[in-house]
Amino acid sequence: MSGSTAMRADALVLGGGIVGASTALHLRQRGLSVVLLERDRVGQRASGVNFGGVRQQGRALAELPLSRRARQIWGDLPRLIGIDGEFEVTGHLRLGRSDAEMAVIEEHCRAAAGYGLQIELLGRNALMARFSWLGGVIQGGSFAPDDGQANPRLVSPAFGEAARRAGANIREGIEIVAGRAEARGFRLVARDGSEFFAPRLFNCAGTWAGKVAAWFDEDVAIKPEIPQVMVTEPIAHRIGPVLGVVGGDLYLRQIPRGNVIFGGGEGAVSEDWLRSRPKPAVARTTARTAVGIIPHLKGAAVIRIWTGVDGDTADGSPVVGPSRRHAGLFHAFGFCGHGFQLGPAVGAVLVDLAVDGRSDTDISGLGIERFLDRPR
Amino acid sequence: MSIVVVGAGPAGVRAVETLIAHGQRPIWIDESPRAGGQIYRRPPENFRRNSRTLYGLEAAKARRLHGAADAAARTADYRPATLVWDICDGAVQTAGPGELGVVPFDDIILATGAMDRVIPFPGWTLPGVFTLGGAQVALKAQGAAIGRRIILFGTGPLLYLVAYQLAKAGAELAAVLDTSPASAKRSALPRLLADSIMLAKGFYYVAWLKAHGIAMESGIEPLEILGTSHAVGFRYRTAAATQREVAGDAVAFGFGLRSETQLADLAGCRFAFDPLNRQWLPAMDEEGRALGVAHVYLAGDGAGIAGADAAERAGERAALALLTDRGIAVSNARRRWIRHRLARIERFREGLERAFPFPAHLARRMADATILCRCEAVSARHLRASVAGIGAEELNRAKAHCRVGMGRCQGRVCGAAAAEVLAAALNVEIAAVGRLRGQPPVKPLPVGLL
Repeated sequence: MSGSTAMRADALVLGGGIVGASTALHLRQRGLSVVLLERDRVGQRASGVNFGGVRQQGRALAELPLSRRARQIWGDLPRLIGIDGEFEVTGHLRLGRSDAEMAVIEEHCRAAAGYGLQIELLGRNALMARFSWLGGVIQGGSFAPDDGQANPRLVSPAFGEAARRAGANIREGIEIVAGRAEARGFRLVARDGSEFFAPRLFNCAGTWAGKVAAWFDEDVAIKPEIPQVMVTEPIAHRIGPVLGVVGGDLYLRQIPRGNVIFGGGEGAVSEDWLRSRPKPAVARTTARTAVGIIPHLKGAAVIRIWTGVDGDTADGSPVVGPSRRHAGLFHAFGFCGHGFQLGPAVGAVLVDLAVDGRSDTDISGLGIERFLDRPR
Repeated sequence: MSIVVVGAGPAGVRAVETLIAHGQRPIWIDESPRAGGQIYRRPPENFRRNSRTLYGLEAAKARRLHGAADAAARTADYRPATLVWDICDGAVQTAGPGELGVVPFDDIILATGAMDRVIPFPGWTLPGVFTLGGAQVALKAQGAAIGRRIILFGTGPLLYLVAYQLAKAGAELAAVLDTSPASAKRSALPRLLADSIMLAKGFYYVAWLKAHGIAMESGIEPLEILGTSHAVGFRYRTAAATQREVAGDAVAFGFGLRSETQLADLAGCRFAFDPLNRQWLPAMDEEGRALGVAHVYLAGDGAGIAGADAAERAGERAALALLTDRGIAVSNARRRWIRHRLARIERFREGLERAFPFPAHLARRMADATILCRCEAVSARHLRASVAGIGAEELNRAKAHCRVGMGRCQGRVCGAAAAEVLAAALNVEIAAVGRLRGQPPVKPLPVGLL
């Protein structure tokens, strides 16, 4: 393996989910040459099969500045990637079913206001007057008017296509099996023996990114998370906003064509994390929760149940930011099942950091050091 | 040590009968309220049409199979009107009348049958348009003809059988139009002689239709089902390349059958592309053991189209393999006889494929504007745009992009034609575009039932 045979670029992006594809696109916008390496197809896994929520409300406060920046990008998606990806600003309604859940909602409304996120707190009566299809189990909720939904099957691959059009070298079907830091940059080795080398490396490898970080002595434990989602046949369109409940055991949206998409709980995953499948019992629990909250769903037929594989960190928030050991290495992973909305901004912020050395978006609470400092 | 058998068509009935004969008591789950499958589908109990009217030349076989089914149902743990909607973790998920269930198993025989293979044409989504199998179901289960003046087109033995059955039942047939050229049938004769009785029946149907003055043509090319709010006719190109229209108030069409493989997929079976069926099928050994997953056995048209007679033998074969694997003695002479019978039927089946070739070219050059996936209103243009748009190189990637096969039927209706359109757009072999991954539930389930 001689270094002279490696494909070289200004930057390597490992992983072609929405995070990696967005990073590649933003790198090209700053004029850097980039090779993106994806084991399967761009946007095929968690980025392409997730629920499709585009939500700021309910996030950990450390994620909110990133989420706010992402929301700006979502509003300008056609300019960036050429399609709107069915993004619609329908609002997001967070629901509480008990005093304890309502306390969580109230606290979040107060805290989020400090980040410029306006959320409207609604009592039970106001909620029922406005959303008459809600069932009796709901105590109250909060409405975030700027949040919305989009079609992940379209958006995530479109980031890859946009990056490709902008000149990124998108290499699909290449599995990277080893990586190492060298004096002038980072070397990645594919299963077929081919090598890639660049002074900058972006670790956007999703569920597998913890293992990638370990190649560079920054081992972060990542546990697979298997969100399970289902969709009904089209029914009359009544549900405007995206719904979520405190605790996350139900999230739900209805698209204009009438299908209701909803999820909750987790499916099963193979040992290599590559294949996942729904658990029937989880589908039944989620369906019962859904009917409790929206009784008119009872007669709608479920036509498909699916799952995807994302990565969970120990504290429920992602790792976004520079390596603490190697200049030029950046991490973005562990999105814990809620990375779709953040994805477009993650690329923008990482490229700010890589090119300008700083970013206006505060990601100080998302650094990898919070796991490195912790005793194993 | 429980055994589950899914399906109560010819394969399922013989599998259960064989298991019972060897001292087992399987749990027998079937989606229909009465055993018989699609080919020997029975009307509700209170209907009084006799088997001769319902099944024509196959009446004796139908009576024998129904007799075996009724006897088996008395011993087996028989659960009719119950859909198996998923298989995982050693259990089947069921949806019976008004309730869901979970049935664990140690071994399972899948005899899931087949449905019509469809090629969409302009007008195929109009009211009054059925598949050939659908028209037959209406006739057998409810004694109803799909219209007053019926046009049948497509290809395959079912085309002539349905024509005969409808005409016998008193329906007026406007035309029976076959896409296969007459020359194909002639060249297939040597292979078809492998089953001379079956061949004779085929000749009989055609001769009967001719004798009754029913218009029949071979080598036609379908162009359009006519109508705006309901089917009123059919336009086609004759073998002599002139365009012709025929009027009628109902149309049924189909191009052979395709195996129902979703449950085998969910159960974890390995799949292989089968050139004869032009379909990805669950792989199995010579005795019906699924490959890639233990304790799963396959039988009947769900594992490759071979017809009802072969299905009866394959159902018995799968049961014998299962029994053997459990260390229960079975007759080796019987196994040899089944192998011999199935080999002959296989030769006949190859003959049928020559006589009634699947007109893949009609799917591959489908007009851009034609609705390909009716559930999601995806046109052929949309699918072709997935190739240009995101470089979709296989069916699931195309589905993610344009929704083809994403609706109520999960691609069971449009999947075969979608594969042809995609393969043509990519200029690759049909096998190269793969198959739509099976996802639960295999058929729609009400949220409230979950």
